[in-house]
Amino acid sequence: MPVSDWFKAREQRRYTVVSPGAPSADLPDGVWLKCDGCKHTVYRGDLEANLSVCPHCGHHAEMPAKDRLLALADEGTFEETDATLSSTDPLRFTAAKPYAETLASAREKTGLAEAVVTGRALVGGHPAVLGAMDFRFIGASMGTVVGEKVARAFDRAREEERAVVFVTASGGARMQEGMLSLMQMAKTAAAVRRFSDAGLPYVAVLADPTYGGVTASFPVLADVIFAEPGAMVGFAGPKLVQETTRQSLPKGFQTAESLVEHGFVDAVVPRTELKATVARVLDYLCAQDVHPAAEGAACPVAFEEGS
Amino acid sequence: MAAVRHVMEFERPIVELERQLEDLKRLDVSAQPELASEIAQLEAEIAMLKDALYSALTPWERVQVARHPERPKTQDYVGALFSEVVELRGDRAYGDDEAMFAGLGTIDGVRCVVLGHRKGKNTTENIRRNFGSPHPEGFRKARRAMLLAEKFGLPVVSFLDTAGAYPGIEAEERGQAWAIAECLETLAGLRTPVVVVGIGEGGSGGALAIGFGDRLIMLENAYYSVISPEMCSLILFKDPQHAAETASALRLTAVDLVELGIADEVIEEPLGGAHRDPALVLARVEDAIVRALRELASVPRDELVARRQARLASIGADSVRE
Repeated sequence: MPVSDWFKAREQRRYTVVSPGAPSADLPDGVWLKCDGCKHTVYRGDLEANLSVCPHCGHHAEMPAKDRLLALADEGTFEETDATLSSTDPLRFTAAKPYAETLASAREKTGLAEAVVTGRALVGGHPAVLGAMDFRFIGASMGTVVGEKVARAFDRAREEERAVVFVTASGGARMQEGMLSLMQMAKTAAAVRRFSDAGLPYVAVLADPTYGGVTASFPVLADVIFAEPGAMVGFAGPKLVQETTRQSLPKGFQTAESLVEHGFVDAVVPRTELKATVARVLDYLCAQDVHPAAEGAACPVAFEEGS
Repeated sequence: MAAVRHVMEFERPIVELERQLEDLKRLDVSAQPELASEIAQLEAEIAMLKDALYSALTPWERVQVARHPERPKTQDYVGALFSEVVELRGDRAYGDDEAMFAGLGTIDGVRCVVLGHRKGKNTTENIRRNFGSPHPEGFRKARRAMLLAEKFGLPVVSFLDTAGAYPGIEAEERGQAWAIAECLETLAGLRTPVVVVGIGEGGSGGALAIGFGDRLIMLENAYYSVISPEMCSLILFKDPQHAAETASALRLTAVDLVELGIADEVIEEPLGGAHRDPALVLARVEDAIVRALRELASVPRDELVARRQARLASIGADSVRE
């Protein structure tokens, strides 16, 4: 028997081959998942109960935006806003495939109208506006709707004197909406500026992956920036950097951990500790008992709810 | 008309005819009298062809014109349009990035802060200036100059001409995204007039960092895009060869930007592109900047910022369905 056949035979011994259409009653049907970090098989229920963090190796798996927000909000306080906002495909963009189709399949796959979910909630008793991006929706790229929802989130927080907590994950600006997408970088940065000028606190959480025009706009303008363990964050993607420079990338390039080392992120915070950490920061930045020296400071915080 | 050395792909048929014309002209016309009419005919054909070709450039052809190496550059505009120029160098944190120009200059008697991506005129210059693709230091220098403009009440005039922010290892390690975002936040609330002129390439976030304000003036063949047509093609088609198609789809031309409510004005270029008659283009750009600065001079600062932010807020609002 040639060596190649021997390998083939060995593979067939080790794995059950399921042909399409065969009865699948015996198969676990997605109850077990394989961790991308350690390749361990994990019971789906265990993974979900642990905020999609692998109990074996601590790998942080992708998480739907709504689940992220529910995990951050005090129980029962999250109330979604602008849930139905959707794109009209302003450029009637078609290249390779009509953008309208891309949008339709993203909506079907995620059950979301767009790539960001926003809403009001309490976090550790502090009134806040929360936002999270959903990478499953066209790589959570920022087009006109994402930009509009982000801007509205900051404007609403400013008007209602709430803090902002935003969890980001995105491939960058959405190319199918062209320059309208690029301008959302300026639009969201302007919204952060208005919000920030009102003296209200903003905490950003950079999740894997956050890149391009999204990184270079509202996320990194936060007062305090956290990142999830192992999250890849940058402006240009690692592949483009490698192709442009023809250099091998340093170990840990663009990881959350290296961003802390280089001084761009305050801390790497495991998802399971995120809510408590964010709440502690808000305790300081939304403090009711301001130091006498800060009387008359811009921060108009006097929150009753939940305290 | 300036002698042009760099030939763009789509110009080749014309250049070929022009070469034939030169050959004909070298022949002895007195020996062959019918040659004269042939030359005249060819000349007429070339003129017609040029007119047809250059007056209906496709978006992808415009991108090539925008990248033409002999096209007037930031330093040409600064040198020709501004007097008493003082260059400002360094980001006061790490270094000086020659891919970004910052300085003080006077136009129409108005003292300004001038910004611009700076490509080189030759290989040596281009290597020093990284082909006009800034590192974070460049954006931090620009931001420093913006804040200086605000502090001393000087308007900002900004020239866009970059393929994009540099995608390098050190650029990333020194916070490219942070440097760009800080420029955006600063520009969004800057209490002084900001006039932006797209003179060549407007490559994504690296252009936007100094690329929005109270007026956006675009040269006819300048482009401004969320992504380069080649990269867009690579992502959507897994192949960079569909750039002509993505260039159209992206709506990146000057006229597109006016239609989308992003740009205010298009400056007509001479047939074939700005490099065919730089003096004419410089004069037209000067006129547009002077007009914009005069219009903006009378707007109260609070209103200026409020209008700028309201305009940003409205961009794309039509494409959002509740």
